[in-house]
Amino acid sequence: MKVIYNTLFKRTSTYAVAIIASAFFFERAIDVSSNAIFDSINKGKQWKDIKSKYE
Amino acid sequence: MRTNMASKFLSVVGSKLLKSTPSALNWTSMRRNGSTKAGTWFRTRPKLLAFGALAGTAGLLLYALDASVEASDDCVHPPKQNWDHNGLLSALDMEGVRRGYKVYKEVCASCHSLQYIAYRNLVDVCMTEAEAKAEAEAITVKDGPDEQGNYFERPGKLSDYMPAAYDNEEAARAANNGAYPPDLSYIVAARKGGEDYIFALLTGYCEPPAGFALREGLYYNPYFSGGAIAMGQLIDNEVVTYDDAEIAPTSSQIAKDVVTFLKWTSEPDGDQRKRLLVKVVMISAFLVGISYYIKRFKWSSLKSRKIMFVPEINEQSKSNGEGKNCPK
Repeated sequence: MKVIYNTLFKRTSTYAVAIIASAFFFERAIDVSSNAIFDSINKGKQWKDIKSKYE
Repeated sequence: MRTNMASKFLSVVGSKLLKSTPSALNWTSMRRNGSTKAGTWFRTRPKLLAFGALAGTAGLLLYALDASVEASDDCVHPPKQNWDHNGLLSALDMEGVRRGYKVYKEVCASCHSLQYIAYRNLVDVCMTEAEAKAEAEAITVKDGPDEQGNYFERPGKLSDYMPAAYDNEEAARAANNGAYPPDLSYIVAARKGGEDYIFALLTGYCEPPAGFALREGLYYNPYFSGGAIAMGQLIDNEVVTYDDAEIAPTSSQIAKDVVTFLKWTSEPDGDQRKRLLVKVVMISAFLVGISYYIKRFKWSSLKSRKIMFVPEINEQSKSNGEGKNCPK
C-alpha cells in the first residue's frame, strides 16, 4: 500500500497517469468479459456463428 | 412552591416544549428528534401519504380507462409469441433473418417496398458480401442521366436500396384497389403489437363471422383494425422453398422468418444495443459502488460530528439559581 502511494498517488501527475492507464485496462477487461457473456448467451444465433456455412 | 409531582410533570412538559421549538431557540442540543432524518420524515409524512394516495388513485384511474378501451377494440389482440429475441440480452436469430429475406424477396416484394434497406446492409448481418452482391445484381436499377442526357438501366450494386414494387403511391393504389401496401422497413416498430401483430396478421386469415359485410376485393382478418384488409392470404405451406432441407417451410415457419427479418429491418442495431447493456451495467455497477463508498467516506466526519452547548457560568445565575440558561 505504501509503495503504491509513494510511487503513484503522491504526485498528481503520476496519479493522473495511473488513473488513465487503469481505466484503459479496466475498460478492455469489461469489453472482453461483456462480449464473452453476450456471445455465450446467444450462441449460434449471430452472424459470426453461422457465416462458416456460407463462405 | 411546586410540589414534587407537579415539578416533575412541569419538567417533562417543559422539556417536550423545548424539543418542539425551532432549532434556533433550542439550546440543549442540536441533535434532537426534529432534525434527524427520522424526524423530518415524521413531520412531512401526512403530506407524503396524501400525495402517494393521490398518485395511486390517478394511476388506477388511468389503468382502468386504458383497460376498458382495450376490451372494446375493433380487432382481436394478437397473442404473445416466444420470439427468440424477446429476452433482455437475446440477439436476433440470423438464420431466421436470412430465410426471412428470401421470403420477403419472393412473396412480399411484389407489392411492398423496403426503401430504407440497401443491399450493403445485408452484408455480414445475414449474408456474405459475395452473396449480397449477387442479390443486388439480380435486379435492374434506373440510373441517372448519362452524358447524352438519357436515363439507362443497369444491374444493381451493393449501394442500391431495395427496389420498390411500384414507382409511386398512386401506381401502388391503382394496382391494389385503392389500398396502399405500406413500406415494410419499420413496420414492426410502427404497429401496435410489433412482431406478434404481424405474425398473427399473416397467419390469421379466416372466414368472416356471419353477418359481416365484406366488400368486394377485401379479405377478412380478425387482427386487422376493422376486420377487412386489402391484402389476401399470401403465406401458405410451401409458398417458398428453403435451401436448408431441415427447416420445413410451413406457413407459420415462413411467417416467423419474415417477421424476424422485418424485426431486423426495424431495429438493425438491436443486437448491438443489448450487447452494450451488459457493458453498461457492469461499468455502472462498479462506478456506483465506489461513488457510494467515497460519498459516505467524505461525509463521515460530518455525519459523526457532535455539537454541544456549554453554558457560561454566570455570577448572577449562581446567586438566584434560575438563570435563563438553566434547563428546567
